[in-house]
Amino acid sequence: MDAIHYWLPVLWAAIIGVAVVLYVILDGFDLGLGILFPFTPEEERRDVMMNSVAPFWDGNETWLVLGGGGLFVAFPLAYAVIMPALYLPIIIMLLGLIFRGVAFEFRWTAKPNHHFWDQAFAYGSIVAAFMQGVVLGGYLQGIHVENNAFAGGTFDWFAPFPLFTGVALVVGYALLGTTWLIMKTEGELAVNARRWSKYLLLAVLAIMVIVSLWTPLAFDRISERWFTWPNIIYLSPVPILTALAAFGCWYGLNNGREVMPFMSAISLFLLGFVGLAISNTPYLVPPSLTFWDTAAVPESQIFMLVGVLIMLPLILGYTVFVYWMFRGKVREGEGYH
Amino acid sequence: MDLDAVLLARIQFAFTITFHIIFPSFTIGLAAFIATLLVRWRLTGREHFRNLARFWTKIFAVSFAMGVVSGIVLSYQFGTNWSNFSVVVGNVLGPLLGYEVLTAFFLEATFLGIMLFGWNRVPPNIHVLSAILVAVGTSLSAFWILSANSWMQTPAGHEIRDGIAYPVDWIAIIFNPSFPYRFAHMFTAAYLTTSLVVLAVGARYLMQGRFTEEAKTMLHMGLGMVAILAPLQVFIGDQHGLNTLEHQPVKVAAIEAHWDGSKPGDLVLFAWPNEKEERNDYQISIPGGASLILKHSTEGLFPGLKEFPRDERPPVVPVFFSFRIMVGMGMLMVALGLIGAWLWFRRTLYDARWYLKYAQYAWPLGFIATLAGWYTTEVGRQPWIAQGILRTKDAVSPVAFGAVLTTLILFVIVYSIVFAMGIYYINRLINYGPKGAATQTPEGVPSRPLQAAEPAAHDAIEKGA
Repeated sequence: MDAIHYWLPVLWAAIIGVAVVLYVILDGFDLGLGILFPFTPEEERRDVMMNSVAPFWDGNETWLVLGGGGLFVAFPLAYAVIMPALYLPIIIMLLGLIFRGVAFEFRWTAKPNHHFWDQAFAYGSIVAAFMQGVVLGGYLQGIHVENNAFAGGTFDWFAPFPLFTGVALVVGYALLGTTWLIMKTEGELAVNARRWSKYLLLAVLAIMVIVSLWTPLAFDRISERWFTWPNIIYLSPVPILTALAAFGCWYGLNNGREVMPFMSAISLFLLGFVGLAISNTPYLVPPSLTFWDTAAVPESQIFMLVGVLIMLPLILGYTVFVYWMFRGKVREGEGYH
Repeated sequence: MDLDAVLLARIQFAFTITFHIIFPSFTIGLAAFIATLLVRWRLTGREHFRNLARFWTKIFAVSFAMGVVSGIVLSYQFGTNWSNFSVVVGNVLGPLLGYEVLTAFFLEATFLGIMLFGWNRVPPNIHVLSAILVAVGTSLSAFWILSANSWMQTPAGHEIRDGIAYPVDWIAIIFNPSFPYRFAHMFTAAYLTTSLVVLAVGARYLMQGRFTEEAKTMLHMGLGMVAILAPLQVFIGDQHGLNTLEHQPVKVAAIEAHWDGSKPGDLVLFAWPNEKEERNDYQISIPGGASLILKHSTEGLFPGLKEFPRDERPPVVPVFFSFRIMVGMGMLMVALGLIGAWLWFRRTLYDARWYLKYAQYAWPLGFIATLAGWYTTEVGRQPWIAQGILRTKDAVSPVAFGAVLTTLILFVIVYSIVFAMGIYYINRLINYGPKGAATQTPEGVPSRPLQAAEPAAHDAIEKGA
């Protein structure tokens, strides 16, 4: 295999990894707010919660399109195997996203009869988050492939591990949501968010420990990756940094910091993703198809890479610009208008 | 996988894309309309332009949200329902869709935040610029997706090895033979669709005697566009038809219900194409009319359906009728535009209540024509999903019948609820009109899109409307 055929798919796997991580973090906190809705019955506070993400949610969800679209572009075979394998969770996730997405616009017009759209936002977010976790778990536990096509059953994903990761992602997104609220709101909502964050942080840590034990026990390829010499030394920074991020979050929560908990929670997600990436590289469809098995031809990957190298910095730039334009706290009874 | 599952997958895709296309075909033009209003506001300082921009932005927000959520579904359906399509043409089509995401989706989704919420938060010029960028984003999106679709109709710049399409020349792929025509035709259709809605709303307010100044602006801008674009669209559509005759003759034969290629084609005004016996029942036609349009001579010959094997013909009935619906709508638009322009020229437009009465019901024309046009071109491509490369029945995913059926039912239920409510809310916003709470409250008070619809609802209830 020459350098181009070797490195292009690796580079593309990294690009898609970045898109997925950015999606999980950015849409994570705004799905998290939906997950918190049932615990925040007060209308004014719900208004504030929604206003805090209203200018951003659309851009956030675009990363999901880039993740899926990027897979289609760079690894059409992986796309063609993964999508049918996780057919029902993906479609149900999309339906959840429909309800919570339109709720941003519909909720206001329905007032004072907006109860239905509150529920749509809450349960749409919960269903989408849970199904994303199921997709993750179903993907990690492996997809049955024969002759380069999905050959498993409709309900392969309905198994303990994917269902567990489904719950895990709901809890994780809720933590991103509460720490976002600490940063973007004030008053009792922020106080509540700080209190919830502590419980959620503990739950997230417990989940990370369970996944770290479960995956090597259940999948030999993962235990070999982590627990053989000298990998165990090279990879030791991952758990150490995770512990530091968890400590930072806890410290920030207990010492009145407003930005630190959110940033630490993001770090936890990043490290969790790095851990999963280490576990599965170089498989793009675990446990059988690698980056190289599923890659589009170099002509396609290069043509698209040019676009990515030009556009991605621009996109990141104007995304930061919009977040900066709407910086600061959101107050009750005050939208961004 | 048996044929029934193929049919279900097709119904599902047709259903989800039909709902989706309604929103972009409206928002492409609407974004440009709002940006134009804001630019005119900055140039003239006249507040009613800003009022109008604000009013239409609320409608844009609702439409755009529905377009986004229904569009995300489509980007995953290529994989969930048509995985073999992704494998066979992914090397070629993937990058086109990738460029759509990178150059268009992020641009429109990100600057939409400023466009919707930046009215008093950012300097006016940044706000206007954001609206322009959203309009640019919607247009770029149309560019790429139409390039991808056109490649499926008239593939070029590729080679097939072991049944898989590989790119050879990207310029030839992007600017494939039908793309310039399809892009011009659809882009004009999108602007026409929006213009008709604007014209209809303006006419409605004038009839009601409400928001007269805003209504006149809408009437002028909407009518001006329709009067120019509707005749232009007839010309573009004709050119597109000639291009289709060159590259997809069987589609044109189905459109014209032309069976026997050894004789000149009649212009069939009405008939029931009988596919079994390969002739038209109940035909009313103008002899040689189709040949005149397509070959510029009543004696001209073009291929008939019988020249193609049965398994390479599209279903004739839906193609034949959807084309006639599209053309019928187009003729109504031309009439509406030209009569309106004449009244405008005579300076009797505002008093011509008989004209305004019809014009206020013109809003669906563009939507119907756009959908009918897409049905013509997509059904007309069958049995191929990518012309000459992959048949639709070979493109589906290895997904169980029950799973496709379940999700189809879920899509129908969810879309029925969500989109019915969305259209209801848009109608409510239009009933309430441009001089809503948004413009009457002091600066800085919430005027979230749709919030203004709330008092509208109360008004409506009080009036018993």
